[in-house]
Amino acid sequence: MQAQENPVFDRIRQELADNDVVLFMKGTPVFPQCGFSAVVVQVLTHMGVPFKGINVLEDPGLRQGIKDFSSWPTVPQLYVKGEFVGGCDIVREMYQTGELPELLSSRGIEVRSAA
Amino acid sequence: MAMNPAEIEQMIREAIPDAQVRIEDLAGDGDHYAAYVVSAAFKGKTRVQQHQMVYQALQGRMGNELHALALQTTVPE
Repeated sequence: MQAQENPVFDRIRQELADNDVVLFMKGTPVFPQCGFSAVVVQVLTHMGVPFKGINVLEDPGLRQGIKDFSSWPTVPQLYVKGEFVGGCDIVREMYQTGELPELLSSRGIEVRSAA
Repeated sequence: MAMNPAEIEQMIREAIPDAQVRIEDLAGDGDHYAAYVVSAAFKGKTRVQQHQMVYQALQGRMGNELHALALQTTVPE
């Protein structure tokens, strides 16, 4: 089974291993090209959380690969310490309820402002 | 190709029979919806798992025909 695995998965795992907070998104953190991606960037920026934004529009293999990796049909996708947290709706909801800053803090990631 | 709200609701109900489903057409363009889904089947599941259940109900349409479906899932009180 390992041999048949999508080679993009290795790249995804490497990014998740190298970066505490990773956002797979459309566009870049400075120029999001989709409203849903922009919302997640805004939430992370507002909390002062450093993250790596990865633009799936630059790589069709990654654009499909990240969906297969997480069994999640849409982008953006937020990962914290290698764990898939959710897409735009979940991130927004968890931010509003205070669960997101809590999760980040519990994983040792500093959050600037309490929600 | 867009989906109509009745079709979305029906697919969710077929997969999650006890679900209470409310669909809102956010932009009035038949392409941007919000869905509120309440079901006891979500109990004990994470948000990611709950949303995955709804995405499974939509059988691959999410991210394809269905561009934008803002999703909120809840367990009944």
